[in-house]
Amino acid sequence: MEKKDTRSGFGAGLTVLGRTNPNVVALCADLTGSLKMNEFQNENPERFFQIGIAEANMMGIAAGMTIGGKIPFTGTFANFSTSRVYDQIRQSIAYSGKNVKICASHAGVTLGEDGATHQVLEDIGMMKMLPHMVVINPCDYNQTKAATIAIANHEGSVYLRFGRPAVPNFTPADQNFIIGKALHLQEGTDVTIFATGHLVWESLEAAKTLAEAGISAEVINIHTIKPLDSKAILSAVSKTKCVVTAEEHMLNGGLGDSIAQLLSRENPTPIEMVGVNDTFGESGTPMQLLEKYGLDAKAIVAAAIKAVARK
Amino acid sequence: MNFWFILFQDKRTEHKNYQTPTKISVNKSLNFYQQSNISNLISQIYNTIFAKNYTINIMPDISKLNDVVSQVRRDIVRMVHANSSGHPGGSLGCTEFLTALYFEVMNHNTKFSMDAKGEDVFFLSNGHISPVFYSVLARAGYFDVAELSTFRKLNSRLQGHPTTHEGLEGVRMASGSLGQGLSNAIGAALTKKLNKDDSMVYTLHGDGELQEGQCWEAFMYAAGKKVDNLIATIDYNQKQIDGSLDEVLPMGNLTAKLEAFDWIVLEEFQGNNIEAVINTLGRAKELAGNGKPVAIIMHTEMGNGVDYMMGTHKWHGSAPNDEQLADALAQNPETLGDY
Ligand SMILES: Cc1ncc(C[n+]2csc(CCOP(=O)(O)OP(=O)(O)O)c2C)c(N)n1
Repeated sequence: MEKKDTRSGFGAGLTVLGRTNPNVVALCADLTGSLKMNEFQNENPERFFQIGIAEANMMGIAAGMTIGGKIPFTGTFANFSTSRVYDQIRQSIAYSGKNVKICASHAGVTLGEDGATHQVLEDIGMMKMLPHMVVINPCDYNQTKAATIAIANHEGSVYLRFGRPAVPNFTPADQNFIIGKALHLQEGTDVTIFATGHLVWESLEAAKTLAEAGISAEVINIHTIKPLDSKAILSAVSKTKCVVTAEEHMLNGGLGDSIAQLLSRENPTPIEMVGVNDTFGESGTPMQLLEKYGLDAKAIVAAAIKAVARK
Repeated sequence: MNFWFILFQDKRTEHKNYQTPTKISVNKSLNFYQQSNISNLISQIYNTIFAKNYTINIMPDISKLNDVVSQVRRDIVRMVHANSSGHPGGSLGCTEFLTALYFEVMNHNTKFSMDAKGEDVFFLSNGHISPVFYSVLARAGYFDVAELSTFRKLNSRLQGHPTTHEGLEGVRMASGSLGQGLSNAIGAALTKKLNKDDSMVYTLHGDGELQEGQCWEAFMYAAGKKVDNLIATIDYNQKQIDGSLDEVLPMGNLTAKLEAFDWIVLEEFQGNNIEAVINTLGRAKELAGNGKPVAIIMHTEMGNGVDYMMGTHKWHGSAPNDEQLADALAQNPETLGDY
């Protein structure tokens, strides 16, 4: 399996937009290389804005640029795209209803060695709480590229979250990304695993192990956390009758939290959640950290066995 | 360098008497940097007037504008009184400025379009002075003045702080959380450049507001990246909520700070004299378009036009009672009809 980083998928998608949509502009806060925005910058120097290390200013400028019809894509690390500038996003982008795409790399613990100061695990929660904000966390290079292209055609504020490490690139290169549409990756009858971002691949790996143990796991990729594909979730759960959620994010406020809310209202179901439980990350390699914080295939397998036992 | 030095030397003495007709559209090929002194500059401007590319409007009718100012002051105190909430102090201090902008200086269309193509735009960064903004927008024709009576009430488009959320004509960005408007304005100014739209972007900021770090990120960016279709005015009333600037956090020499950030800085000592404000805005417009953003440090009196609200920070955000309202209204004649 070919491995590629999701941030390069963003960069590739942005390059396509640069060639196809003259209204797309890109802003970056001194992380052009890390965000893979160089190609867009080189091809469209007049539409690329180096803001400097001033994320609050970047969000405000992006909001202002929509007046007159531009579609700004901001790029910086996920932590500096959200918690650093939450009030700026809240007032100038979300409340003002601006067509800004907040593109956030290096999300979660898989950022690795830089440690907890950079490993934001609260961003999905913060962003999904903002009224009308669309929140997307694609799973691999191809999907991140497709999502980047797709959000340019969505009128409204979007948070697009992706990461640093090279991970398996397993979804089709020519996919048509539909915001808010859950994707069935594997059919199964005993348990449904709803996963987002890097943990989609881990979930597919977990499903293989579970199959060996005689458990048939369905795997659904929830690339869009908001708006949540409630219909797909409820229909899957009505079949399998137990659930695992998996995300590289804090349990509080994440995908599992959204699904638990939905199920407790519509169809109370045993649910086990794989995520970070009220703690900060630390330095390490991405794989070491996924393991230590219980975010790998092994943790998903254990959660699935528990969920099935609770039926 | 030399030129700017002379200009700054000159501004304190000369600018108050600077009698340029407003709405001169100067031929942009004129390079002000090449001028060696201010008289040369002025003669260049007048030469341009007699060249091909010009329009001159008649001198503003100051007494008519002062009628608007008087009515806007009435609107402000009545709106705030009706809710026992809102911010009259800063609003009254900026009445001449906003009236000047919307009734004289800006090229704008009251048939509102968010994208403002080919129009000047204004961002109110210190959103708490919404009463003056709403009154001026209504009096200029963006929406019916009767709607001013809904200010701060349930289901109103006139929220406590301005918002685009309720679709109020004339508002292009929410404000209220301080410190964000200059960034927004830079964005709009950059888009104007991309769209080859040579109209101008104006902002207003509180002086206390400049204690927010984001303002300085924006000052740095605008100068560093030559965002020169931008005129930012600072409401220099030297007061904020808890007291004077000096009591809360001394701001030092703002002119020197902004000049050090590489802005062109004009200081307007008579921010409550509409003619002076119009002249200074006109001058700012002429200086724009030459590689640097322009700031106006506008000395104002918080609560201007209502005697008991002046000379104190106490009316930053408090409403007059019935008696105080009557007193305020007696000082400001009804000129255009109360809403
Ligand atoms: C980010 C933020 N912090 C605090 C406030 C509360 N606040 C509203 S107005 C104000 C004082 C503003 O002072 P200044 O900009 O000088 O305005 P003026 O009092 O002259 O109207 C404060 C602290 C706010 N609105 N936004």
